Amino acid sequence: MSESADARYAAAPALPDILPPVRVRTGALGFAMRHPTMAIGLAILAVMAFVALFAPWLGTVDPTALAPAKRTRAPSAEFWFGSDAFGRDIYSRVLYGARVSLLVGFAVAAIASAIGLAIGLVAGYVRWLDGVIMRVMDGLMSIPPILLAVALMALTRASVSNVVMAISIAEAPRVARLVRGVVLTLREQPYVEAAITTGTTTPRVILRHILPNTVAPLTVQATYICGSAMIVESILSFIGAGTPPIIPSWGNIMADGRALWQVKPYIIFFPAIFLSLTVLAVNLVGDGLRDALDPRMVKRL
Amino acid sequence: MSQAILEVRDLKKHFGAVRAVDGVSFAIDRGETLALVGESGCGKSTVGKAALRLFDVTAGEVILDGTRIEAMGAGALRPLRRKIQVVFQDPFSSLNPRLRVRDILAEPIRNFGLANGADIEARIASLLDKVRLPREAAGRWPHEFSGGQRQRIGIARALAAEPDLIICDEAVSALDVSVKAQIVNLLQDLQKELGLALLFISHDLAIVEHIAHRVAVMYLGRIVEIADKRVLFSTPQHPYTQALLSAVPVPDPTAISSRIILQGDVPSPLAPPPGCHFHTRCPYAFDRCRSDAPDLRDIGGAHRAACHLRQGPAETA
Repeated sequence: MSESADARYAAAPALPDILPPVRVRTGALGFAMRHPTMAIGLAILAVMAFVALFAPWLGTVDPTALAPAKRTRAPSAEFWFGSDAFGRDIYSRVLYGARVSLLVGFAVAAIASAIGLAIGLVAGYVRWLDGVIMRVMDGLMSIPPILLAVALMALTRASVSNVVMAISIAEAPRVARLVRGVVLTLREQPYVEAAITTGTTTPRVILRHILPNTVAPLTVQATYICGSAMIVESILSFIGAGTPPIIPSWGNIMADGRALWQVKPYIIFFPAIFLSLTVLAVNLVGDGLRDALDPRMVKRL
Repeated sequence: MSQAILEVRDLKKHFGAVRAVDGVSFAIDRGETLALVGESGCGKSTVGKAALRLFDVTAGEVILDGTRIEAMGAGALRPLRRKIQVVFQDPFSSLNPRLRVRDILAEPIRNFGLANGADIEARIASLLDKVRLPREAAGRWPHEFSGGQRQRIGIARALAAEPDLIICDEAVSALDVSVKAQIVNLLQDLQKELGLALLFISHDLAIVEHIAHRVAVMYLGRIVEIADKRVLFSTPQHPYTQALLSAVPVPDPTAISSRIILQGDVPSPLAPPPGCHFHTRCPYAFDRCRSDAPDLRDIGGAHRAACHLRQGPAETA
């Protein structure tokens, strides 16, 4: 407004700002300020991914090389994390073990989400199939996931891909139930009804109007599955039903150290720290994602 | 008389034991506005959704532009859906949050093959002009708009199909007064411009009196009275209509209130009373009302009411 206009009209002074202006930071620092849990989680995950990818260049030796003369050494300059009952370097084994854990975690999250999404969409949209599909899912969920995975592993040969499939099958029903619930809510939404009245075919209604709106809750669920899959993989390896003993995984290393854990606790300690940190990081990212995708949930607890 | 664009004959829709709609008949001519009024839960929205074939009806006929659609397969029905479109009450849940306005409006155009390629953009621009939104709105997301603006987008989506009839299911109920007036005027302008018929489902009698040509009053799943707007508002015949109209606030503090206060509540649609559904609350109810359901009868001048009191002496004798 020009000064002459101010002079001519007796205007009330401007009201003080009810909501003071908020400076929104951009860039990486801004992201970390707004989503601290997700930033911490992503940072730890990035370190783990780096360690897994570049394990051969991080001062490691062959993780399967035996050195019977140097068994169960305490952490030292030669064995940073000590050596196990066969004289293998635990530092190298833990770093290479990150590969298995991360691979299993992310592969299970992706495969279980894909299977669960497909089953959930069908159950939610095809009413007459819903009862049958969901009772089968209830049946699968009534078996503890570890038992189910152990049973599936007993049917097949021990390998990383079989571990991934076994855990995926055990986790998929939970995704299916979540997606079905979301689909049942979405199909009653007026915009879905409007899509039907504007002549959209059922497959296109599902693809354009239902599927994109299931992505947010599904992503959050996928992160929790990722964390849970890493733990299940370790448990399976620990009890000898998972990753073959020749491939170092955090569960295998802990299984090897089990007999000696009272006298040589570091054999279990180092892989356990890595496993806990990674699962914590994945769960932090999941919490952060949930808060970012659904602001109503923030700080409720 | 021209053929009705939509005719509903003895429509029934039961959800399990709930008789949401229990024998409703009416017709809408081209270019006409029929208002369907009644209190919450009387089944008026269910009538609208049944006409849109969003679910299968329990019994009765739905005739869209001379074709019976109530039992038609999804594939055969799809091209006919172009003629009948809908605008919903809630402007926030009626637009897909993950589609831009352009994609929302392009969907009916593509589905019904009304335009191709570059013509679609031109159509979207003209639709936005019709609902008085800037053309730049096409590139925006639904959450960037206010409730009234979103309702305009919803109307544009309905218009994109080039329909003959638009069902406005409480289309202005969620909007505040000034925005409500804008949307009602927009609907009236569009009706004149495009010759649309409207089925205006509402509980707001003031707006119904403004927009409708004819009014049908529903009570507990049935139409109790249907007449030309002026006739219905000046000489309501059914006791329920009389009570409903007396409840409309009059903006005059000196006016003497002549409000008819009904006793009791609406009976449950799970167990509607025998005979006339209204007899439990009707001040004039007599024995016959408790056993016989009155038909919707012509009582002169295209005015029909379902009440034993309004039928000829020969019939009541």
